[in-house]
Amino acid sequence: MSSDEGLDKGREIFIEEAQELLTELESALLELEENPADTELVGRVFRAMHTIKGSGAMFGYDDIAKFTHEVETTFDMVRNGEIPVTTNLINLTLMARDQIRTMIEASQGGPQVDEARSKEIISGFKLVMAKDSDEKEVASAESVTATDTSTTAQKEAPIGRVSIVTYRVRFRPAPELFATGTNPILLLNELREVGKATIVAQTDAIPTLEDFDPETCLTYWDIVITTDKGIDAIKDVFIFVEDLCEVKIETIDEGGVFDEDERHLKLGEILLSRGDVRLDDLKGVLGKQKKVGQILVELGITDESHVTSALAEQKHIKEVKEQKQKTDAASIRVPSEKLDKLVDLVGELVTVQARLSQTVTDFSDGVLMSISEEVERLTWELRDNTMSIRMLPIGSTFSKFKRLLRDLSADLGKEVNLTTDGADTELDKTVIEKLNDPLVHIIRNSVDHGIEQPDVRVAAGKSRYGTVHLTAGHSGANVLIQIQDDGKGLDKDVLFAKAVEKGIIQPDAELSEKEIFSLIFAPGFSTAQKLTSVSGRGVGMDVVKRNIEALRGTVDIKSTLGVGTTITLKLPLTLAIIDGLLVKVADDFFVIPLSVVQECVELTKEDIARMHNRHISNVRGAIVPYIVVREHFLVDGPRPEVEQIVVTEVEDKRVGFVVDYVIGEHQTVIKTLGRIYRDVEGISGATILGDGTVALIMDIPKLVSVVEKIESSSYETALSA
Amino acid sequence: MSKTIMTVDDSASVRQMVSFTLKGAGYTVVEAVDGKDALTKITGAPVNMVITDLNMPNLDGIGLIRAIRALPDFKFIPIIMLTTESQDTRKQEGKSAGATGWIVKPFKPDQLLGVVKKVLG
Repeated sequence: MSSDEGLDKGREIFIEEAQELLTELESALLELEENPADTELVGRVFRAMHTIKGSGAMFGYDDIAKFTHEVETTFDMVRNGEIPVTTNLINLTLMARDQIRTMIEASQGGPQVDEARSKEIISGFKLVMAKDSDEKEVASAESVTATDTSTTAQKEAPIGRVSIVTYRVRFRPAPELFATGTNPILLLNELREVGKATIVAQTDAIPTLEDFDPETCLTYWDIVITTDKGIDAIKDVFIFVEDLCEVKIETIDEGGVFDEDERHLKLGEILLSRGDVRLDDLKGVLGKQKKVGQILVELGITDESHVTSALAEQKHIKEVKEQKQKTDAASIRVPSEKLDKLVDLVGELVTVQARLSQTVTDFSDGVLMSISEEVERLTWELRDNTMSIRMLPIGSTFSKFKRLLRDLSADLGKEVNLTTDGADTELDKTVIEKLNDPLVHIIRNSVDHGIEQPDVRVAAGKSRYGTVHLTAGHSGANVLIQIQDDGKGLDKDVLFAKAVEKGIIQPDAELSEKEIFSLIFAPGFSTAQKLTSVSGRGVGMDVVKRNIEALRGTVDIKSTLGVGTTITLKLPLTLAIIDGLLVKVADDFFVIPLSVVQECVELTKEDIARMHNRHISNVRGAIVPYIVVREHFLVDGPRPEVEQIVVTEVEDKRVGFVVDYVIGEHQTVIKTLGRIYRDVEGISGATILGDGTVALIMDIPKLVSVVEKIESSSYETALSA
Repeated sequence: MSKTIMTVDDSASVRQMVSFTLKGAGYTVVEAVDGKDALTKITGAPVNMVITDLNMPNLDGIGLIRAIRALPDFKFIPIIMLTTESQDTRKQEGKSAGATGWIVKPFKPDQLLGVVKKVLG
């Protein structure tokens, strides 16, 4: 790799990292708005800015580095308690965050950066800083040096990584500690929650029994603690007792700084390697040697408990180092194309494995069989593992919506909170990416049409703050995502009247509640009294439905008037694998996604005759129209005496698909079709069967709508003829 | 057995908030409207911890802390005082009277529970 390439690679990583940091920055800022006094949040904001600035300068994004520097300086002052966190500051920083993103996008070929706006934002920050320095000029002069030291301190830690530091803490309570109702054991337990702690109690100050006063605290503790939460987290533990106790905190290992292995060979080892002494002799001599601690204790230089404490520290550091080596290797960053390629390969392996199993069955050889079974087990395990690599928690998408909601409610003059649940639910990366737009539409709609204005809410006896609740969770091979609002709910009568007016339904149509609610997903439907800048013009929800269905998911809607609306999205865990029903028509194989299949029934020649050749069947008294697959795909050959109808349900409509044989359930790896077949309607992909035959995967919703279109046009032609 | 916490405050809303939060976390709560009321209620009650306001009629928070520390049964229980940002001297007074710690008003339920966990375990 040439140095240019290396730089490009670094740029790529910087862009990726910066995007993550900006997301982190945003969520930290929004949290900070709620808890302006939280120093940890201020720290998070500062660190994000610091990292963007540092790596930006490193990869030649000088404009970004320069711009970010001002923001960083301001937050350093906030961190030192010189500037308070105000709404103005948060707004300004959010603007700066967006500006940084524009700068990054501009470097990627996006639209030009508005320089004037950058200047405006920077002068905003300067104003905030200036306000303060007028009051205490001396303090800010001091803070300059403080900034310098803190920057160098930060540089030592690896950029963009949380630094793990080990501290040595001596906690010596005042004898009268108990009189304040403090239990030191609780403090030590709390310390254990901050990080990995080794605690040694020192009892040398405790007198003999006759002089002992049980109401005084004479024990003190030596603690070695390793944590990524910083020294403040340790100080916080002792906040109530800091003026009553001696709490000494020293840094003994700043994750990685002392990592160099400076181990020298010991004398014995050198002699041994030269062959001058024998191992047994050496061991015998070493056995006679006293340990340093023991010698010191015997000479009365220190006592045993202090040596124990020092040994505990030694052991602690050793353990932490070992742990660190493990975690350092625990995570790597890989381009997603590599993963896609891996999934592809695993898919092919699964196919080959299926062929192998089938071939082996024909040989009926015991040895071969057991090898094949072993290969099968490994293949499935490999497949599951590969799929899990592509899984990402949905949380990052959720935090994006916090910002969306904040801006939306400001635009609309509403007061809305976003609460989330199940942010750690994992989904295929591709699914998460494609989920973003539909979710944005749904949340916009919830805020715009669902949540009422604050005064309306109060009049209705609700809290003036509306809530949008996002939940994600697993349900079998699916993930359920719920968007719940406590707004005014859907009004059935209004929806119905609107749909009639728009010509979507007939005035005399009889619809169930569910069907009426589903109307909001119909193309060209909008209930807003007037168009707002937010919800657009009613193109949202039908697109949502289409997008979700493209992901082989479903949308469900429930609503109670005056109480709120819940939209539930049901999505497959992954797009690469599908549970299907394998069917056969003449010599061709098809796969019907199992998620839409309800049942299979037989269709005899008599049944067809009874319905006068109309494509309608009677499934236990219910009328179910069917599509004859062989007719639709123009498959030649005679129809068997008894055919099978696979009854599916799509959008609450039941439609049958007539095939020759139902072979059974089949889990398949989806292959996309080539360019030539791209425009074939009703086929979503293909899969390769065990014996190498190709089976086409049917796109059921598409097939139904295509056939519906053909039927209605032929009906109209018949009428006009 | 769930631990019992006494909340002492002349403001009904603060008592309500403290009480609601602690009950939600599984503690038993005893409410008292001022220091005098608290002292009457604490004797004989199995109180494990006290959360008290500082400014109250009849007997204020500082007085209450001193009085509780003088009772043999409650000599070592955790006592948390509710202070405001500006009451630094009062905070010092409370500490020397024997308070275990403090919470600065206004606070959120999570902060309250954090402090309770810190001193009560």
